[in-house]
Amino acid sequence: MPEVAPKELRVVGFLCNWCSYGGADTAGVSRFKQPTDLRIIRVPCSGRVDPLFVVKALLNGADGVLVSGCHPRDCHYSDGNFYARRRLEMLKRLLPFLGIDERRFYYTWVSASEGARWQQTVTEFTSRIHELGPLHIKKEAAP
Amino acid sequence: MIDKLKETVAKVLNDVDLVIGYENGFDAIHATPYFITSADQIDKLIWNPLCVHNLTTYLPTLKMKKVGIIVKGCDSRTIVQFIQEGLILRDNLVIIGLPCTGVISVNKILTETNREHIEEVSFDDKGNINVKTGKGPKTLAVADFSPDKCGTCQYPTPLVYDHLVGDPIKSDKAPENVYADIKEFESKTLEERMKYWEQEFDHCIRCYACRNACPMCICSDNCIAESRDPHWMTQKMTFTEKFMFHMIHALHLAGRCVECGECERACPMGIPVNKLKRKINQDMKELYGYEPGVNLDEKPPMFMFNVDELKIKEHKI
Repeated sequence: MPEVAPKELRVVGFLCNWCSYGGADTAGVSRFKQPTDLRIIRVPCSGRVDPLFVVKALLNGADGVLVSGCHPRDCHYSDGNFYARRRLEMLKRLLPFLGIDERRFYYTWVSASEGARWQQTVTEFTSRIHELGPLHIKKEAAP
Repeated sequence: MIDKLKETVAKVLNDVDLVIGYENGFDAIHATPYFITSADQIDKLIWNPLCVHNLTTYLPTLKMKKVGIIVKGCDSRTIVQFIQEGLILRDNLVIIGLPCTGVISVNKILTETNREHIEEVSFDDKGNINVKTGKGPKTLAVADFSPDKCGTCQYPTPLVYDHLVGDPIKSDKAPENVYADIKEFESKTLEERMKYWEQEFDHCIRCYACRNACPMCICSDNCIAESRDPHWMTQKMTFTEKFMFHMIHALHLAGRCVECGECERACPMGIPVNKLKRKINQDMKELYGYEPGVNLDEKPPMFMFNVDELKIKEHKI
């Protein structure tokens, strides 16, 4: 009997080029098993991630958004992730105010050598999104 | 009071290109911004609770001119914020401060009078407004018909000024009540909150009046809500697009909104546009101890960082 794959949800990941994208690569090269719900978007730095990227993703069909960058003090551009941390924390607090579960959004730091940590992050975050189920945001204006 | 104000304006006008104040509008209940460039215009200047506008919104476009401006306490916060962000030059500005006991909300008055045409408006010293419509006169307390921001006003006296007309007033409103409505809203469930915004944003007609009235919205023609490149938004009238527009406005004002309430005043659909920004402000105060437009020496929190953020804890999945 073929194994029936559970229905996939849409998880969008914004990964910084220098650390987390490398980390995801390390996880891949090491052949760690990972859930396939995540769609990765590579950005130059976590400081490039405008909170509006996350909002736009959630409003347009993503069920969860993950942002990952270099560990604080390890940014390739020295301070990009410090700015990111302030912005993303602000967004994390704003989402529940809008009626969106803040657990659908997660930001973290993964370095290029942390393949195992990346695998763990993706696995745990995806299983949390599966627990929460699809995100329902009204699509059309009332006539 | 008005005589002293006119005197001050006449004095200031000698050193500046123009003075921005208020005059009577197209009907008795509306005041309108007034640009004074010569001394013979000063006679038409007014000052009363109808002067609701935040005149500072004109300042960034007049950056290179010498401008005199009349501000209330709440408007002065915008000036402080502008200076913090380097959007205006303090040396080009002469600020005439007016301690304010609260303005009126034109919309609340019009609702009370069933939107009848208002023929005459006058104010007495007991803090009442007398409104005369075709159906007869009505006396209302200004405090009952003021915008929500006046109910929790912490800065009735301007925070920066060159000339202060009148005596400084201390706020008698409790500071802990400023975000009481936000805290109350947060006690609702996620579903209730989502439902609330679905209903409110559904009314949005995407006229962008809130953005145009906002003094801190300084991108003018480069607003990403209208730009084709990058193409953030389509012109569809869907809930998603409306929601997205309000998120753009709110997030671009994160840690910058001075809560002057111009967005809500301008909104023709009565959407509580300011609520999102006030929620962010509440977080800014909690996280970074920052209140926009209060201290000239501070820097907006999104313009800076600390290597060790004491209030930000690492999140666990």
